[in-house]
Parts: sequence; C-alpha cells; structure tokens
Amino acid sequence: MENKKTVVLITPSAMVSKGLEDILDESGEFKVEECFRDISRPVEARLGTLDPDVVIIDPSVLDFRSRKDGRSRLADICDSIVIALGGPGLTDEVLRQYDGSISIYDSREDIIRKTRSSVEAKQSETSVSDSGELSAREKEILVCVAKGMLNKEIADKLCLSIYTVITHRKNITRKTGIKTVAGLTVYALLNNLIDMSSVQ
Amino acid sequence: MRLSDMLDMNYNLVQVISRVGIELKHSGLRVVDACAFAGIDPATFILISNVFSFPGYSPSPSEVASADIRDIIRYLHGSHTYYTGIALKNLESSFDLLVKPCDNNQKKVILKFFEDYKAELEKHFAREEETVFPYVESLLAGNHPEGYSISDFEEHHEDVDQKMEDMRNIVMKYLPDVCDEETKMWVLLSIYRLRDDLRRHTYVEDNILVPAVRNLENDGK
Repeated sequence: MENKKTVVLITPSAMVSKGLEDILDESGEFKVEECFRDISRPVEARLGTLDPDVVIIDPSVLDFRSRKDGRSRLADICDSIVIALGGPGLTDEVLRQYDGSISIYDSREDIIRKTRSSVEAKQSETSVSDSGELSAREKEILVCVAKGMLNKEIADKLCLSIYTVITHRKNITRKTGIKTVAGLTVYALLNNLIDMSSVQ
Repeated sequence: MRLSDMLDMNYNLVQVISRVGIELKHSGLRVVDACAFAGIDPATFILISNVFSFPGYSPSPSEVASADIRDIIRYLHGSHTYYTGIALKNLESSFDLLVKPCDNNQKKVILKFFEDYKAELEKHFAREEETVFPYVESLLAGNHPEGYSISDFEEHHEDVDQKMEDMRNIVMKYLPDVCDEETKMWVLLSIYRLRDDLRRHTYVEDNILVPAVRNLENDGK
C-alpha cells in the first residue's frame, strides 16, 4: 500500500478516465487519487497540492496553441512524471515533450507496463543526479547560461528541446541552490568552468 | 509598559526605535511617552514592532486603517537610511576582508556580484524615495496626481531577495578554500540579519503602506 505510486488523470472523457482508473487501481502498483476533466486554474492549484508521482494527461485538454508547451506548463506546477494519453491528431513533436505516452487502444498489460517504465526511467535519472555534483551536460548548460545565452539559444546550440534545457536548469538550481544568472555566473567562474574573458 | 521592557523582550527592536526617531535615552519612559517625545503615533509604533517581532504577524484591516501613514513612511525612510548608510557599507567591508586571500579574478567576480546586488537594492530604495513617498505625501496633502496609483508600487521584491539567497549560498558553500572560516561566518551572519530585516521591511511596504494608501486613494474619489 505504502509503495503505491499516486496518479492523477486529466482527460475530458469520463469513459476513458473511469477505464484507466480501474486498470491502474487493479494493478496494485498505482493509486488514482483524482481525475479532472480540464486544466483550469483550480485544477492547477490542486495539482500543486497533491503533487502526485504521475500525471496522465490527454494533451487535447490544453489549448491547441499551447499544446506544444503544455508539458513545461505542468513542470511549473508539480514535479510529477507526465505521461501523454495518445489520441488522433497528436504529433510526434508533442509526444516527445512527455516522459512517456500510452494509447487508449493499448491493452491492460501495456498500459501498466508503459506507466511503470516511465516511472523507472525518471527515477534512475534523478537518483544519479541527487549526489549534488553537476553532470557533464549540466556543466555545459551552466556555461552557456553564464555566458548570457537564452534558453532558446542553448537549445539550438546543443540540439536539445527547450523543455530539456529548462529541466537541466531546474536541476542545476536544485543542486547548487543558486537561481539567478548572476549567481550562476559566479559559481561557474569560481569552479573554473569558464574564464573571466568569456563573460565580460 | 516601559520601552525598555519591550526591548528586553526583543532586542532587535533597538533598530526599529532608532528608525522612527525614538532616542535610546528615552527607553526608561512608558511606551506612549517615549512615542510622544519622538512625535510618533503609539499604535503605529506598536504595529511596526509587532511585524518586526513576530514572523507571520498579519495586521487586521482596522489596524491598517488606523495606522498613521506619515509614521509608516518615517520608519521606511529610516530603514533605507540604515541599509544604505550602515548595513550595506559594513557588509561591503566584510566582503573586502573575506576575499582578500583570493586570487585577482576570484576577487573581481565575487565583489562584482556584491556590487551589482548593492546597486540594485539602492536603485530600488531610490525609486521609493523619489517617486513613491512624494506621491503619498501629495495624497496626504489632498492632491491626487493623475496617472499614478500605489498599485504601480507593488513590484519585484523577489528578484532582489533571490540575489541575496544566491549570495548566501555562495558564501556558505562555494568560496575558495583560502577564505577565512571565521570571516565567512561573520559575513554569513550579516547576510542573514540583513535578509530578515529586508523581508520585514518589504512586509511593511506590501501589507501596511500599500493597503493604507489604497484606502486613502479611494477616500479621495
């Protein structure tokens, strides 16, 4: 019981929501805490409070224009693993933003398996990074930040999505305790990651 | 109650009394009398002292409504004078001492960070002194300058606060090993003190001055 991962579902379909809830709850690995039909402000606030392990979201609840950035919007609210619920009209570009995806046509076993593997992948990623030491990639991004580059420029230079850059930046801040660009620059210089001439 | 009893309960209030113009030599007097000497409204003085002493103290709307706005400004102005004239200068000298053993580049980097922070904070104070306080003064005098409201005043305190947090982290964890541990502790304590002081100051601005002035603006309409 105590090891069950908590899940929040966000989908406009009552049918899909009920079905998923049953499948996940029956597995014994997951516990669906709440289901929402949309992502209004109160829901955002509730998500922040619940801070579930996993959010499964149908990206169609996000406004079409913001669909591409939907994942980063969720990242601002909670640290959950976010899995997209695939349906027609979802492009690969959108799906790639998420930590995993499941389709409404997946079998019971596949839904559990895919959810589990998304959780495991994310967990191994964070357990390595919790040592407080910055990874090589994080150092690379830190140097760009210290040089005054914007997220978009860093993403283009390192061939990453903006979302990935934002995640790295969050991890850098979590590990160092430093948030502002000025502070990060000092950190980079004191740790000899860059030299004075490149920040002037 | 005598003022000295208040100071015994929370010696940090020593800073508050000087900022509102009460002299230490009057601390043997009853609080009301000491306030009368300094020409400050006792209720407003108690209100500020409460905010200063109890983190999370939230003034009631009636406390805000009855606060004397001129005295609030007097306190805020007194704090500004203390921050720019004393606290930041002392911190600056401590930083100079702290980075003395570092190599030139490290020195430059650390001192520049501090100087930028200091400049930003001073700019913030100057804006209040030059724009906000005169605006409130003219409201009190019965004029309502067009095109400006106290809402414009509620702004980014977070940025400055965040920089201070970064400064704290850098001093605590990331300074070169050559820096003296004793000096580091001293600087760290100064940073903590200034941080708490500034947070209370911001609290008085956002939760007493702004609502009190908003009342004043609405009365004038």
